[in-house]
Amino acid sequence: MKQAMDGRNRRHLSYWAFWVHRISGFALAIFLPIHFTLLAQALHGAKGLDEGLVWTQNPLIKIAEWGLVSLLALHLAGGVRLLLIEFAPWRGLRGAWVAGAFGFALATGLAFALSLIG
Amino acid sequence: MNDSPRAQARRWYLQRISAMVLAILVLVHLVIMVYAVRGGLSGAEILARTQGNAWLAVYYALFVLACAVHVPTGLANIAVEWAHWPASRALLMARGMALLLLVTGWRAVYAVFTGGAT
Repeated sequence: MKQAMDGRNRRHLSYWAFWVHRISGFALAIFLPIHFTLLAQALHGAKGLDEGLVWTQNPLIKIAEWGLVSLLALHLAGGVRLLLIEFAPWRGLRGAWVAGAFGFALATGLAFALSLIG
Repeated sequence: MNDSPRAQARRWYLQRISAMVLAILVLVHLVIMVYAVRGGLSGAEILARTQGNAWLAVYYALFVLACAVHVPTGLANIAVEWAHWPASRALLMARGMALLLLVTGWRAVYAVFTGGAT
């Protein structure tokens, strides 16, 4: 018999961690080919790269860069949590790692933002 | 397109192995990025670090390979579970994505290694 979900599973911390991991992974997957294409402008030398980097002067692009770096850090820490759940000998869902992942992403994002404006 | 349990298990395993490799590579990449963007980026600055640097080229070539293994499986999972694509279509898209990442990624590595000077 198929049992209806009552939504409690979606209020669990691990569900939010799963959702954030998936959305961040999707955003990074879309970004990667664009990032690679921009870097390939180096085939035309430093001038070619500079033409692509002009875009990064736009404040909105800077905010997007900061967002992507934060998402990368979040995806990294969330991914390490998943690896620990699946491969480490400990039991449990590593709830503290969810909080740790957000903290790590926040710290990385801040360090990147300070470097950007510094 | 092979969607047998054995093939699914192989994709799951490859995604985890690539995640372990990426965990280390991404951590180093984050440190490099925070350092590199200090005071703004220029094409000349990027090429000063990357041009002729074989270690960095090998590092990023491996990074691209790990991405090309890791990302398509995640995208295929999203396509099947959230967009309700048939498995065959999702796997075809995943293979296309793997090829796109390999071609654009290795081209970018080649570009920043040679700086356009071949």
